[in-house]
Amino acid sequence: MTRDEIVLAIKDIIATIAPDEELGGLEMEVRLRDQIELDSMDFLDIVMELRKRYGVQVPEEDYMQLATLKGCVDYLGPKLESKALVLTALKG
Amino acid sequence: MRYDALILGAGMSGLAAGIRLAQAGKRVAVLERHYLWGGLNSFYKRAGRRFETGLHALTNFVPKGTPNVPLTRILRQLRISHDALRLAPQRHSKSALRLSSDETLVLEYSNDPARMRASVERLFPAETAGFERMVAALPGYSDATEADRTTSARARLAEFVREPRLVELLMIAPLFYGSPTERDMSWAEYGILFRSIHLEGMARPEGGIKALLDLLIERFEAEGGELRMRNGVAAILHTHGRVTGVRLDDGTELECERVLSSAGLVETEALCGTPRANEDDPRIGRLSFVEVCCVLDRTPLELGHDTTIVFYSDSERFLYERPETPVEPRAGVITCPSNYLTSAPDPEPFVRVTCPANHGFWTSLDETRYAAEKVRAVDAMLAAAESFSFPIRPHILFRDSFTPRTIERFTGHRGGAVYGSPLKRRDGQTDLAGLELIGTDQGLVGVVGALLSGISIANRSVLAPSGGLS
Ligand SMILES: Cc1cc2nc3c(=O)[nH]c(=O)nc-3n(C[C@H](O)[C@H](O)[C@H](O)COP(=O)(O)OP(=O)(O)OC[C@H]3O[C@@H](n4cnc5c(N)ncnc54)[C@H](O)[C@@H]3O)c2cc1C
Repeated sequence: MTRDEIVLAIKDIIATIAPDEELGGLEMEVRLRDQIELDSMDFLDIVMELRKRYGVQVPEEDYMQLATLKGCVDYLGPKLESKALVLTALKG
Repeated sequence: MRYDALILGAGMSGLAAGIRLAQAGKRVAVLERHYLWGGLNSFYKRAGRRFETGLHALTNFVPKGTPNVPLTRILRQLRISHDALRLAPQRHSKSALRLSSDETLVLEYSNDPARMRASVERLFPAETAGFERMVAALPGYSDATEADRTTSARARLAEFVREPRLVELLMIAPLFYGSPTERDMSWAEYGILFRSIHLEGMARPEGGIKALLDLLIERFEAEGGELRMRNGVAAILHTHGRVTGVRLDDGTELECERVLSSAGLVETEALCGTPRANEDDPRIGRLSFVEVCCVLDRTPLELGHDTTIVFYSDSERFLYERPETPVEPRAGVITCPSNYLTSAPDPEPFVRVTCPANHGFWTSLDETRYAAEKVRAVDAMLAAAESFSFPIRPHILFRDSFTPRTIERFTGHRGGAVYGSPLKRRDGQTDLAGLELIGTDQGLVGVVGALLSGISIANRSVLAPSGGLS
């Protein structure tokens, strides 16, 4: 996956767990939870989906790295490099 | 083949827990004894018509996107969009307290809390400020203290509201919509119920309970969950204090890591081999109901009745308790599903009337007397309900009713107790490792409460670092 695809992968996961949120204008460097309604349980769901879709394990001490979209790309980049993008909510 | 988790019961809590676990990639099955899903909140066909057994109102209604409230949390966790529920809000509802044959106090409310405040002001102007202080002091969903859990709601209300008749009026709807105890409840429970009914509000999914159940089943199966109907659990198997699996009614044994049970506290204990509790065991709830559902030849609105739900008390003291008589027509709920603001009305209008009933009476009768007593009880209920609503009986095309016996038979809840045991297990824990309670006896009642219960216990069980489902 490229960096752009990783952004898409994260947005797709958010769209799956939060179907009522508007994701069009998400900023890369602002904390996700300051832009949309996300609580700790939702973060857990994001982590769960990363495991289910891409087999990526994120240990609890690294959750902080996923606070912004940019953080996600930096942290997940190496882990997702060889993986193909999976879209469920945003496809079509 | 070993399951990560087996869930007892395809009611609201079981389905919600199932969705959460399946989403987490767990191998999970929901086992249901009945051939229909939904539990206390289900539906059935009679004479070519579909009837509902639960859901007068979905409480906790808020508009799409409202942050930090139970409905939004639940939809998010189950990945169901607010739009998919197609919630039709209530017009308005009321609690009515009859003081004498010519004096009835009526408290009106809607999904706009200002309406209730105005109604209090009209009835008892001097109590308005006290009422507002009471609302401001209500415990929240998650910040109730130990003291809130042990203090009487009536006692706390009386600290804010001096007029005893207003206290009585303010108890009616919250008691009816979720108190497992008679006459009173804790201040913590009152806070939750008052918020869910009066500060948030009431709505109905278009298509009723079936539409909501269809969504849940669809989600569960889409995530790979397995729904096994007519798979009653006869026993929960365990060795050395730890759950190992279940044995079904037909003798089949299934192995699993964990069991989440919505069968109820004493019911689940009995499945683990504890001797069956006596009828008068204090852990068995005392509140059950007779409900009649009447198909009408015209809408309640055409008959001059525009209220969605009427909670009524035909006596100055609201008789929310197990009656000595078969049924207590002096306390009831009148629900008109066609009085939700919907663009897709049900094919035929109907009205439902629900009154407290005596479980022991209804389970002691033979078939002939059972049928006759049902007619008698329902006639008395309809007569009382009409005095708070509109002439129902002249307009009935068809009617069907159920009793505490029906509730016990189809949901397994001892005593036909709709709100379960008065003693809740808030942490869901039992004496066995790997066995947790969800639903009514874990502490949360109502459709939204049961969904929340299934979600929160499933979340904990997926996340539990020790003995978790890793
Ligand atoms: C007449 C009526 C009206 C109501 N109105 C409303 C309302 O308007 N609004 C509202 O919010 N709530 C309402 N409720 C309450 C609401 O229905 C319940 O609080 C809620 O559905 C409880 O869900 P639950 O999952 O805890 O339990 P249940 O729905 O009881 O689910 C338990 C399930 O487990 C199954 N089961 C039990 N034992 C076994 C076994 N050994 N093996 C396999 N399966 C088993 C049962 O068959 C059942 O399906 C109403 C209830 C009734 C009866």
